Amino acid sequence: MSTKTSMHIDPYERNWMIVSIVLLLGFATAIAVAAFAFGIQVPSPEQRVDPRTVAESGPWAEPGLRELSPGKYEAYILARTWLFQPREITVPVGSKVTFYVTSADVQHGFKLQNTNLNVQVIPGQVSKLTITFDEPGDYNYICTEYCGNGHAAMFGTVHVTP
Amino acid sequence: MSANTYQLSQEDKKFVGLHIFFAVLALSIGTLFGPLQALEHSGLDLYPYLQPLFKSYYQGLTLHGVLNALVWTTFFITGFLTLVVIVGLKRELRYPKLNRVGFWTMVVGLVMAAIPILLNEASVLYTFYPPLKAHWAFYLGLTLVVVGSWIEGYGFFFTFAAWRKENPGVRSPFIALAAVITMGMWQIATLGVAAEILTMLLPWSLGLIEGTDPQLARTYFWFTGHPLVYFWLLPAYISWYGMLPKQAGGKLFSDSLGRFAFWLFFLLSVPLGFHHQYVDPGVPAGWKFLHALLTYSVFFPSMLTAFTVIASLEYAGRQNGGKGLLGWIRALPWNNPSVSAQLFAGILFFFGGISGLANASYNVNLVLHNTAWVPGHFHLTVASAVTLSFWGISYWLVPYITGKKLLNEKTATWANWLWFIGMIIFSNAMHVLGLLGAPRRTPLGLAPYIPEEWSGHLLRVGIGGSIMFIGAVLFVVTVARTAWSKKAEPAEVEVPVAEAIHDPQDTPQWLDAFKPWLIGTIALIIIAYGPQLVDQIANISLNAPGGKVW
Ligand code: HEM
Ligand SMILES: [Cu+2]
Ligand SMILES: [Cu+2]
Repeated sequence: MSTKTSMHIDPYERNWMIVSIVLLLGFATAIAVAAFAFGIQVPSPEQRVDPRTVAESGPWAEPGLRELSPGKYEAYILARTWLFQPREITVPVGSKVTFYVTSADVQHGFKLQNTNLNVQVIPGQVSKLTITFDEPGDYNYICTEYCGNGHAAMFGTVHVTP
Repeated sequence: MSANTYQLSQEDKKFVGLHIFFAVLALSIGTLFGPLQALEHSGLDLYPYLQPLFKSYYQGLTLHGVLNALVWTTFFITGFLTLVVIVGLKRELRYPKLNRVGFWTMVVGLVMAAIPILLNEASVLYTFYPPLKAHWAFYLGLTLVVVGSWIEGYGFFFTFAAWRKENPGVRSPFIALAAVITMGMWQIATLGVAAEILTMLLPWSLGLIEGTDPQLARTYFWFTGHPLVYFWLLPAYISWYGMLPKQAGGKLFSDSLGRFAFWLFFLLSVPLGFHHQYVDPGVPAGWKFLHALLTYSVFFPSMLTAFTVIASLEYAGRQNGGKGLLGWIRALPWNNPSVSAQLFAGILFFFGGISGLANASYNVNLVLHNTAWVPGHFHLTVASAVTLSFWGISYWLVPYITGKKLLNEKTATWANWLWFIGMIIFSNAMHVLGLLGAPRRTPLGLAPYIPEEWSGHLLRVGIGGSIMFIGAVLFVVTVARTAWSKKAEPAEVEVPVAEAIHDPQDTPQWLDAFKPWLIGTIALIIIAYGPQLVDQIANISLNAPGGKVW
């Protein structure tokens, strides 16, 4: 019976392993720099709500856009089968908007097209996303998670005016 | 003459064959919906003609996901691994009845889950995210499928332990060890979905509790959902490492590195499920980042696999007379459909790996999450790397268990090529659509927000999907004719088991021992998941009643 404890490794294979590890460290550095130096971050817990009552009281009872100070807004968005409330919001170019999205029933998605805002909308959880609109135009927010029969038609629009 | 002449008994051949029968049946039905979905994307909506049999795109998509991703895979894997364990260890199952019990439990579960899906009472897709509320029979059925697969796994463990006792000091045969590692990983991995169903979904669907915690449910689900992909892949790797080299005319390049890679997959498959939840609001970004790093570490055994498999194939190609830098590739037996299926599987997997790396990359995922990129990715992995490998295996396995020649190599070769070509078109279009922002799980023909510039890509989805479908039909026809046609000629087929270039007896002992790896795996899971699980469970709110919204 052999008592060897080390593996036989071919020299090519050893180099390949080294290259793999270097590549791996490279990728890890890239996402870390993007996340922590450039602030491209993924969502984190914000607040929990009761999905049974969220449409009746509190900020999602009257979802919509509120101006905090000139050029700064918050938008409360309620996702439900099968529409977003509100369906449209309008802000001037250069505005900084913070979205607070939650669901009153099942899971939905919230993806703002042509930006990197994208979040799972989960009953009981509030998803917070912030963006500054530097280009005028219409940006659709579409539901990207299956939420029942009307899912394919579920979307809304941010109008960014010049 | 190969070193391996151990034969399955007639009963065991039949038993393995039953697994393959259910697997191929599931693939046949599940894949029917593929072209319907793809053509719907291209603007050809055939669903109105399916009424009243199938109610919606989503009911079809549920069947497609469940039957292809869960049933075709699980039944094929348990059947194939049964053969691998017996042939690898050159001994019978220790408790053949136990494995039978496991198998029939899976069948009962399958029927139980299928009925509500067919009645449109469970159109919740294969991820069944609550609070979409399916009929309880759906959840119970899925549970039985998992429990049945556990029991078959126990059957393997007992058999392996018996072999160990009979062969003290001998290195375990690679393919058998790899099969046991796969099933061991599966036992740990499925604890997540077991907790999800037993503590929340089943009592809720039975009306015992009023609601669920959808965030916690997702965390449980992806605890299982990520290693699920390794449960699919590892059996294909068993073939790539332990069988394909022999079929190609060569040997396994490194037995120790094969084992090392399998142990690393065992260690690293589970503790990184948050990479499916990068955009979940209820999971802190720091934990997601940790799982992103752990996900990258799986890149390492994947690269090892690529090296070993390619080196083994090169060895084979040179044995066959291939010369020069790339001449060995042409010297591989491409005309053997079992080999070409697996070579195509490997090529497509290369692209699937790259697109998966993008998914896994933390903030890059913000652009891709829930877009068509994701099904684009996993049709290259589970529906190509895994599925094509299983086709390749079927081309010798069905002849082996039926004792008949494959009927015939031509239809099998066409099946492979059509899948390969169709998949290149289909998956490329899906990836592009995803980058443009097209959502997945959506009948895009009905969506009001589709820009004109997507239409060319949507058309390619339909074209590629239709070509793939013809390939799938040819595969099913080939194995069905082999099994049942009167024209099939008797043949003696051998199970291809590759020898290693170096004697496995030189493989160090720590690559043949469970304990250190098991301890390491549990420790890593506790570190990567423990605090978040404790936190999410401590703060559970079962306040999402949900319902049937389809
Ligand atoms: C002719 C062959 C096939 C075609 C044309 C096809 C097409 C598609 C399309 C277009 C989608 C996306 C639907 C959507 O997101 O709205 C999809 C989803 C999916 N496919 Fe396939 N597919 C085929 C075969 C397979 C196979 C063989 C497997 C697995 C082994 C598979 C697994 C899946 C899974 C898991 C989903 C995701 C379902 C979900 O999102 O819930 N497909 N398929
Ligand atoms: Cu939706
Ligand atoms: Cu994963």
